[in-house]
Amino acid sequence: MPFIANTDAERQEMLAFLGLDSMQQLWQKAHVPEPEFDFSQLPAGISELEVSRHFNDLAAKNGSGLVSFLGMGHYDHFIPAAVSDVLIQAGFYTSYTPYQPEASQGTLQAIFEWQTAICRLAGMEVANASLYDGGSAIFEALTMSMRSTRRRNEIVVSEAVSPIHRKMLDTYCASLDLKIIPVPARAEKSDIAGILAAVNESTACVIVQYPNVFGSIEDWSSAVAAIKEKGALAVCSAYPTALALLKTPGEMGFDIVIGEGQPLGMPLSFGGPYLGYMCTTNKLLRKMPGRIAGQTTDSRGRTGYVLTLQAREQHIRREQAMSNICSNNNLCAVAALVYMSVLGKEGLREVASLCHDKAAYARQRLSAIPGVEALGDSPFFNEFVLQLPTDAKPLLAELLKKGYAAGVPLGKYYPGRERQLLVAVTEKRDKAEIDLLAESLEALL
Amino acid sequence: MKLIFDKSVNGRRGVRLPASDVPAAELPQALLRSQAAELPEVSELDAVRHFTLLGRQNMGVDTNFYPLGSCTMKYNPKINERLSALPGFSELHPMLAQLPEGIDYCQGALQVLYETEKLLAQTCGFADATLQPMAGAHGELTAVMMFAAYLKAKGETRRKIMLIPDSAHGTNPASAAMAGFTCKEIASNADGDLDLDELKKALNDEVAGIMLTTPNTLGFYESAVAEVVALVKQAGGLAYCDGANLNAILGRIRPGDLGFDAMHINTHKTLSTPHGGGGPGSGPVCVAARLEPFLPQPKVYKNKDGSYGLSEDSAQSIGYIAPYYGNFSVILRAYAYLLMCGGDGFQRISENAVLNANYVRERLAPWYEQNYERSCMHECVLSASRQGAKGVRALDIAKALLDKGFHAPTVYFPLIVPEALMIEPAETESKQTLDDFCEAMIDIAKQAEENPEALKNAPLSTPVGRLDEVGAARNPILRA
Repeated sequence: MPFIANTDAERQEMLAFLGLDSMQQLWQKAHVPEPEFDFSQLPAGISELEVSRHFNDLAAKNGSGLVSFLGMGHYDHFIPAAVSDVLIQAGFYTSYTPYQPEASQGTLQAIFEWQTAICRLAGMEVANASLYDGGSAIFEALTMSMRSTRRRNEIVVSEAVSPIHRKMLDTYCASLDLKIIPVPARAEKSDIAGILAAVNESTACVIVQYPNVFGSIEDWSSAVAAIKEKGALAVCSAYPTALALLKTPGEMGFDIVIGEGQPLGMPLSFGGPYLGYMCTTNKLLRKMPGRIAGQTTDSRGRTGYVLTLQAREQHIRREQAMSNICSNNNLCAVAALVYMSVLGKEGLREVASLCHDKAAYARQRLSAIPGVEALGDSPFFNEFVLQLPTDAKPLLAELLKKGYAAGVPLGKYYPGRERQLLVAVTEKRDKAEIDLLAESLEALL
Repeated sequence: MKLIFDKSVNGRRGVRLPASDVPAAELPQALLRSQAAELPEVSELDAVRHFTLLGRQNMGVDTNFYPLGSCTMKYNPKINERLSALPGFSELHPMLAQLPEGIDYCQGALQVLYETEKLLAQTCGFADATLQPMAGAHGELTAVMMFAAYLKAKGETRRKIMLIPDSAHGTNPASAAMAGFTCKEIASNADGDLDLDELKKALNDEVAGIMLTTPNTLGFYESAVAEVVALVKQAGGLAYCDGANLNAILGRIRPGDLGFDAMHINTHKTLSTPHGGGGPGSGPVCVAARLEPFLPQPKVYKNKDGSYGLSEDSAQSIGYIAPYYGNFSVILRAYAYLLMCGGDGFQRISENAVLNANYVRERLAPWYEQNYERSCMHECVLSASRQGAKGVRALDIAKALLDKGFHAPTVYFPLIVPEALMIEPAETESKQTLDDFCEAMIDIAKQAEENPEALKNAPLSTPVGRLDEVGAARNPILRA
C-alpha cells in the first residue's frame, strides 16, 4: 500500500503499546462495527506507472490541440512558467490555512500582497483573500448588499451579466427571502435606463458586468451615482485583465467589485479551480465575507501578517456569519499574484492591449466575410458578437472538425440569438490563426 | 520580508510578450483608466526569489509534521500534480463540452468525472454523487439546498429547522442558514456522543433534518449513529453526514449504509489533494436515491456505446452551483489517488490513521487531560486544562511546538472542550515521527510545570514572534 509509512512490525508494536493484539480489537474498542460492504468489489489499487498511463490515455481523448476563440468569462491566456513553478513549492501547496501565523508568514504576506494588487487593479480600497469563483462571488456580493442595506431584498440583475453566473445565482437564491429582478439586455448593451427604472426603495443592489457578456465596454459612472442616490449598492463583476486598460470600477463609484480571476494565471482545466475576487470600500469592510489578511507587529516590533476581522466568519459567528465560506482559493490567489508580478505594471497592460488589438482585427476580418455581420457599435475589449447567415450550431460543429473552437453559440443562453456567435480573442491567438478561421468559415458559407 | 511592491523599480520588466502582428486598435480615451495600476515592476528572478523565500516561511506537510486536527494533513502524492497538469486536461475550456459536437473533444475529461462519481458513491454507499461543489462548506450548502428542494417538492416547506450538534464545525450552521434554514443546537452527552434524549425532544414536524459529523469532531465514532439517523428520518427529516472525517472510516463504514441521505467529502482531506495554504478544495456530495433528481446540473452520463454526455434535463435539479463541472483539476488528483489506493487500500488508510491517533493519545495520556475515557478514531482531543493551573494555555503549547519543528494541532476546537488540542496525525506519518512529536509534547508538559513563563515567549525560531492580533483588528491595515 503506497503512502503509508509503518511496517506490520511497527503496527504490532504500536498495538502492543495500547495493550492490544490486533487492529480488530482497536476497532471494537472504538465502537466501530464490522464492515457491511465488501470493498474488494471495488477495483484493486494500481501503481504510479499504471495510473500515469491511464491518465495519458484519458488526456489524449480530449481535443487539446484546438485553436480556441472560447470565452464568456473564462479565457485562454498565456501563463508564464514562473507561475506554475511557484505553485508546486512545498510551502505554498502543502500548507493549510494560516491558523498559526508565525509558521505561515509566507501565505499571509502573499494574501496581503494579493489584496493590494487586486485593489490597485480594480481601483478599490479593500479586498478579501478570495472566494471560489466569479459566480459564487456574485452571490456573496448579493448577500453582502442585503446585510448592508438592512431590510432591502430586491436584487436588480442585468441580463448582460454572464448567463452561467445568473444560473448559479438562481440556484443559491431558491430558498431565500429575496426577489431577483432581471433586466433584459438591449442588443449588445446593458439596458441602463431599464436598470435604473427597476431600482426602488426595496433594492439592495444592482449587479452588472464590465465589460458586459457581449464584450461591450460601458461607462457606468452616472448610472452608479443614480443607483446610490436611491440607497442601493452598485455591484460590478469585472474581467480583471480588461481593468489593466479600462476605467476602473472604483473610478466609476461601484461599492462592491467581484469577478472571475481565472484570466490572471490559472489554466482553464475544464472548469476549475478558478478564483473569485472581491473588493469593496472601507465603509463596507465589516460586511464583507471571507478571509482577510492584515499587517501587524510582533512583540519585538517586527512586521508580520495575521488573519484579521475574523468575528465575521463561520468558525466564530456560526449561523450569524457573513457566509459559510471557510476556505479561500488561496493557491489560485497566489497564482494571480505571481502572474501580476512577473508581467508587472507594463506587462499586464500589454496583455490587455494585445487582446484588444487582436479582437479588433478578428472582428474586422470575420465581418468582412459576405453574409457575416459584427453586431453593435459599442467599444469592446476582447470579445464581440458575430451574426452568421444561418444557425450557428452546424457551422460551429464543422469548424470544430477543422480544428477551431470558433466561439460560444449564444442561442443556448439567449433565445432568438441562434445565429449569433460570441468570439473571444486573447494574446495567444496570432494573425495567421485568425485568417485561417476566417477562410474556413467563409468556405462553409 | 519586504513586500513585492517595495522591490519594484520603475521600468523594470519581467516576462516578455510577443510583438503584435496586427494593427493597433484605439479605445476611446474616456473609457481608459486615468493611471496605470501600480503593480510590481520586477524581473522574473526578483519575483521567483521573492515567492520562493515567502514559501519557505511556511510550514507544510512536505517539510514538517502537521497534526492539524480535523484537517487531515496527509501527504500529497507528487504524481497527482504532474497528472493534473497534462495539457490534455489543463488546456481544456469547459465551454467546449457545450458546443455542438464539442462533447466529442472532452471524452477523457467526462470519463474522469463519471468514474470518480461512481467510485465515490460506491465507496460511501450512496446512489450517486456530484463533483460540482468547490469546497467542503460548498458541499454542505449544496446538500442542504437539495434538502430544501426535496422538502419543497413534497410540500413540506414548514420544515425549516436544522438540528446541529454542539460539537459541529461552524460551517454547518452557516451553510444551513445560507440555504434558508434556522439552526437548533443539540448538546453532546458526557461520553462525547450526541445526547439522544435531547435529540428526541427536538424532533417535531418542523424539523428539516440533521447535520451530523461522522466520526464526530471529538474524534469519536458515535455509538448510536444509525439510531440518530433512523430517529430523524422517522420524524420526517433528512440526515446529512458531514464527511470531513471520512478518513477514519474509509474502507470500513459507508455512511450511506447507516441511512444518511447525503454526505460531502473533502478531497483535500481524505483524498490527498493539496490544501494549498487554504484552498482550492473540492467538496463532492453523495446522495441517496430519493435525492438524485435534485442533483446539480449539468450531469455527466454514460451512453450504451461507452461514450459520455452531459444532461441538463432534470426538472427538479437545484441547477448550477459551479460555473461548470466543479474544480476539475482537484478532482483529477482525487481520482488518481482513488485509483492508486483501490478498494483493497481504503481500509489500510483508516486503520493506520486510527492506530496513529490512538498511539499518540495513549503516549500523551499521562501528561495531558483527556475529557473522555474512550478510544478515538483518526484524531484525539486533549485539553491543556492541567497546564492551565500553571497559567499555560493551549495557545502557548501550540507556539512551543513550532519552536520544536512541528506544526501545532488545532486549538480551541471543538468548542465544548476547554483549552482543546486536537491532534490528527494522518496515516502517512511514521511511528518515528509520532514518537518525536510525543517527546516534544512531553517536554512542553514538563516545562509547563517547571518554567511556565518561558512558554509564554514561544515561538522564538519562526520568522516572527507572537503577533498582535488585537491591534490588527482594531486598526486594520489590509493592503499596501
